[in-house]
This record gives sequence, structure tokens and C-alpha cells, in this order.
Amino acid sequence: MWLTSKIKQILMVLKPGVVTLKYPFEPRPVAKDFRGQPAWDHHKCVGCGGCAAHCPARTILVRDICQELRIMIYDGARCAYCGRCADVCPEDAIVMTEQFELATGDRDDITVTMELFMLTCQRCGRCYNMETTNMIDKMELKGFRYDHLEMRAVIPKATERFDAKVLEATERYERPRT
Amino acid sequence: MLAKLCKKAFPRSLWVYHCNSGACNGCDIEILNILTPYYDVERFGIKLVGSPRHADVMLLSGAVTRPTLPLVKKAYEAIPAPKLVFGIGSCAVGGGCWFDTYNVTGGAATAVPVNYYVPGCPPRPEAIIYGVALALGLVDKKAAPVELKQVEFPIDAYERNKAWEERNVIYELLKH
Repeated sequence: MWLTSKIKQILMVLKPGVVTLKYPFEPRPVAKDFRGQPAWDHHKCVGCGGCAAHCPARTILVRDICQELRIMIYDGARCAYCGRCADVCPEDAIVMTEQFELATGDRDDITVTMELFMLTCQRCGRCYNMETTNMIDKMELKGFRYDHLEMRAVIPKATERFDAKVLEATERYERPRT
Repeated sequence: MLAKLCKKAFPRSLWVYHCNSGACNGCDIEILNILTPYYDVERFGIKLVGSPRHADVMLLSGAVTRPTLPLVKKAYEAIPAPKLVFGIGSCAVGGGCWFDTYNVTGGAATAVPVNYYVPGCPPRPEAIIYGVALALGLVDKKAAPVELKQVEFPIDAYERNKAWEERNVIYELLKH
């Protein structure tokens, strides 16, 4: 009796066969609309910083250097892969890839750094990218111009906006540690 | 003799202890998922144990909250000496969305030394298996820091500036 029930069990198990995935030795494709590691396209990016503003975990840091270079750092350590950065990107420069094999021994391995060339705004002296439908361009057409002497007095300079402490604190960016 | 043979035949059987330090249960469900017959990790000799004293590996999920911090430290000290810690999920890796909240210490690395990080919110069961296989040396590491740079200055900036400078040419022509 005991033996027959065991044999029955074996026959029952043999019917469906092996269901276990051979995952690490064979690739396993992801489902449709899976959100893996976000990837930047630095040819498309205009450096608006919308992804940094919308990130719930604040993984994206935007920093301007020398008024012409904007450095954007994606720190994947606390990224929740929510895909909001890809949603808000006006140029579709950031897409969610299907890369999920991100296990690593070092947290710096999942960091992406991007350098962008920017232009300097004539009014405020901060970085912006040249676009045809830029609000600043539109304002320029309406008469806000740098060579207006009256306007020139109220134009703030970029160097006035940062104090030495902030500059020093962001000199070498590091992940916040407690 | 038999012991040596056994060591060669069955290398690196990891017994894991699952420690939830304030996770939302997403990562815990995925950890349970990899123990099911579908993603069978007993192929690698991995077994879930109930006590940290029996374990080699601690699977730590969740940003370590302030009430659980002493308990996590205690559990880590209870594991016998050659031990590994896996941080599972975004919260354990870097603190997730709560990395600077008042009640969260911000990631597992602040409480215990973490050896392997498995990011994801929650990570796929495959991602956890990949992390375990990485620790066992079965697969190669794929993650690497990326640096993207624009090498050429966009040339149309010059043309656009020139067009802006010559924008009043038509009025100059009309004067004459």
C-alpha cells in the first residue's frame, strides 16, 4: 500500500515534467513593459532637469560647472524604478531598459554620470540649452534683451547666486551617509 | 577522507537567514518566491533557516528603521564567523525613498557591513538568483559605472548666434 502510493506520486510528478527554470545558465526574458535600469541618451538630453525634479527618491543630481557644463549624476542605489523620469522627459532622452541583473558588490557600479554642453542665459547667467521653443527665447523676442541698460541693472549674475559654502559642499559629490 | 570528498563534491552550500528590517513585504515575497520549485534555489544548496545561529548568509530587506536597528545588529552578531550579508531591494541598498527620513537609518550598510547589493523595487526573483549566483561565482558581474559625455560642442549654436546677430539686415536694406 505504502509503495503503490509512492509509485503513484512519482507518476503524477512525471506528467508535468521539470518546471524549474534554468535561470542563471539560460537567459530569462522580462515581461512586457518591465521597468529596469533607466538609461540616458546624451544626444537627446537638453538638460532641463525634469527627471531630477520628479524623482521620488531624489536619485538624480544636477550640477552646473563653469556655466557651460552641466553634470547629471544618476545614483542607482536607491532608485525605485518607478519610471517617472521616463514619463516626464520631454525629449524621451531617458528610457527604462530591460536590464535587471544589477547585483553588485559595490554601490558605485550602478552610477551613471552624464556631461552636457549648455549655453549661458543672457539674463540670469545660468545654463540652458538652445531650443527653438524656449521660453527665454520667446521673452527675448518680446523685448527682454541684455543690451537694455535699464534691464541690465536687475540682471543677477550666476556667481552671486552661490555662496562659498554651497560650492565647497558640492565640490565632490558623495552619496549621503548617516 | 570522506569529509574532504564531501567538501569538494558539495561546495558552498549557503544557508540563508531572512531578516526583515522594516520592508514593505514586497522584497520578502520575492525572497519566498525564489524558494518555490519554479525558481528552485536548492539547486545551489541554498536553504532557508529559522535562526541566525544556523545561517551563513543574512538576506536583509528593508531600510533599517530605528526600532529594528539593535535587532539587526544582534542578528548579525549571532551568525557564525564566515558570513555574508545580502541587501535585497532598493531600501536595503541605499535607503529607497526614505534615505533621509527621521526614523530610518538609510540603508543596510549603515547597520551592518553589506557584501552584495541587489537593487530593485522589488527585485525580480531572477535578480535575486543572479545576486546569489554572483556570490557563488557562477555568473559574471554585469553592472559597471557609466560615463556619458558630449564630445563635440553643438555647431548650430554658432549658426544660431550668427543669425541672431544678422537679424536686422532686412531693416538695414530698407533704409536705403
